[in-house]
Amino acid sequence: MHIVVCIKQVPDSAQIRVHPVTNTIMRQGVPAIINPYDLFAIEAALALKDQLGGKVTVLTMGPPQAEPALRKALSYGCDEAVLVTDKLFAGADTLATSYVLASAIKTLHQETPVDLVFTGKQTIDGDTAQVGPGVAKRLELELLTYVSRIVSVDQAANSIRVERRAEGGVQVLETRLPALITMLEGSNEIRFGSAPDMFRAARAEVCVWDRNAAGIEDIKKVGLKGSPTIVSRVFVPSPRAQKAQQIEFDAANPEAATQTLLDKVLVEIPKVKKQLDQTRDNKRASRSAGERHE
Amino acid sequence: MSEAKTDKPIKKRKIKLDEELLAYKGVWVFVESERGHVHPVSWELMGQGRRLADQLGVELCGVVMGAPGPDLEAQCRAAFAYGADRCYRIASPVLAEYRNVPFTRALTDLVNAHKPEILLLGATTLGRDLAGSVATTLKTGLTADCTELAIDPEDRCLLSTRPTFGGSLLCTIVTLNYRPQMATVRHRVMPMPDPQPERTGLIVDFEAGLIETDIVTKVLEFIPDDQRDKPQLPYAEIVVSGGKGLGKAENFKHVWDLAKVLGGEVGASRAAIHAGWISADRQVGQTGKTVRPALYIAAGISGAIQHRVGMEGADCIIAINNDPNAPIFDFAHYAIVGDCNQVLPALGRTFAGYLAHQGS
Repeated sequence: MHIVVCIKQVPDSAQIRVHPVTNTIMRQGVPAIINPYDLFAIEAALALKDQLGGKVTVLTMGPPQAEPALRKALSYGCDEAVLVTDKLFAGADTLATSYVLASAIKTLHQETPVDLVFTGKQTIDGDTAQVGPGVAKRLELELLTYVSRIVSVDQAANSIRVERRAEGGVQVLETRLPALITMLEGSNEIRFGSAPDMFRAARAEVCVWDRNAAGIEDIKKVGLKGSPTIVSRVFVPSPRAQKAQQIEFDAANPEAATQTLLDKVLVEIPKVKKQLDQTRDNKRASRSAGERHE
Repeated sequence: MSEAKTDKPIKKRKIKLDEELLAYKGVWVFVESERGHVHPVSWELMGQGRRLADQLGVELCGVVMGAPGPDLEAQCRAAFAYGADRCYRIASPVLAEYRNVPFTRALTDLVNAHKPEILLLGATTLGRDLAGSVATTLKTGLTADCTELAIDPEDRCLLSTRPTFGGSLLCTIVTLNYRPQMATVRHRVMPMPDPQPERTGLIVDFEAGLIETDIVTKVLEFIPDDQRDKPQLPYAEIVVSGGKGLGKAENFKHVWDLAKVLGGEVGASRAAIHAGWISADRQVGQTGKTVRPALYIAAGISGAIQHRVGMEGADCIIAINNDPNAPIFDFAHYAIVGDCNQVLPALGRTFAGYLAHQGS
């Protein structure tokens, strides 16, 4: 079984700050991590390898600085790592990114046929959830998104059965391999790397592929050139035109403030008064229903 | 990537469309249904689609797909009531349940046959799966989770605004010399329009030529969710949310207590979820739930953009924060600068008093 896991190195978005005066992103000191959603993909791949044997190749497109993310993945137990990096890839949107990843997977496939591709459900910096489906379509793989559980893999029949999170329920799906799966968060828990894997990860060779090594056939499809969308503006939303009304709060007499607030809201926002009246009616109804039961 | 300078257009590109792309006309909304039930995000999108189509002076069309039967006809009628001028209907037993391949194939063929300039889908698990596949197959641009859609009056392009950098800023994205321009929008981000039952329109049937034996993926079973005990955040009329400003996990009880007094739901910021103070299904914001309550009380929440886009549709926002410079005060209606752990219990007593004594 050859499994490829696509990951992305992202800035830890919980630690991104916007400069209050210049409104620019402050990147200094923000740690780079493996996209947290991708950890579920890595674990799902490793669990399948434990069960069925074979190897797991971890793949990313990014700048040379993304290498530590791949080493981290190796330390969990992935066997090989490929960094696809090229100046021409800069400015790629999801369509251009999926082209590069699909090309690299094709190249890997020529060496050792690929049975499954895993990705996270989305990244925490882009939040688009588009690259997984894009790679699947380009490679004509069966696509299974938001998978919460891998039920079984039948290698003889070349088939896989999964549970997929749908709107209002769970779909149990069966399809044939090769397939691309985007894993849902919470579907598993990433393992601690074993000591031998950690030592190996520190020394292992990470394959660094430029556009030629990755098998890119058409450079018009990569980077900014290959991207149908561009960002035309980045901004901070403007404050509400009407400033918030300040309610003075004195810790010695907290209810003075909250009473003032309630009086204002009841007069100024009729929808809230209506809703509170509804709450009162509901509470009375459930109280009297409770009394009848006693 | 370079530093993102904000509030300035990064580049104003002249977008000149190739001759064959000029044929792309009209605004489409994909009407998402599962088991005959239309997802409400589709009608929210229809409201936005109507506005965009009117601005462009073009038709608004719904796309209805599913197993043959009266459900599809009813969905077309509903689409007209919510603003569609025309509906494309694709009826096939292969489309009875959502599967990526037949839905992608049918929608892609329909787009190639009738050429819309804009195609909108709900950012649901189904909509995102389908939109990503269709956009890649058509080799066109797609913008996920938009919070605002507008038309550039100069070049008639769709301006799709969404949070970026993990929800710390907003960006506006345009599609260059590619059509259609695709976007997804999350449930409850846009208001639900009022249906006009007297509106009618034209139903156009489209034969997608789908054959079950061509489709590799099979649905073996559908297990519906148990709705009991699940937070009903999207439709709650009163939401009390807590953030990191509460200080520690135990203080979240003040949020629960106030929500109980008000008969409302409990929400939380991303930071409170990450701290493990409350379960992830209570997250309000870009990657959580979007709410549009009458009353939203934010306790100890700074008001990052990723949170704001999930709750700014509330009629009344009361923000409580220790920090007088917290961004949440930029868009709240009422502001209390103070310790949430004192303010929340006081609010509870005041509201409880009002609810106990005044009758109408």
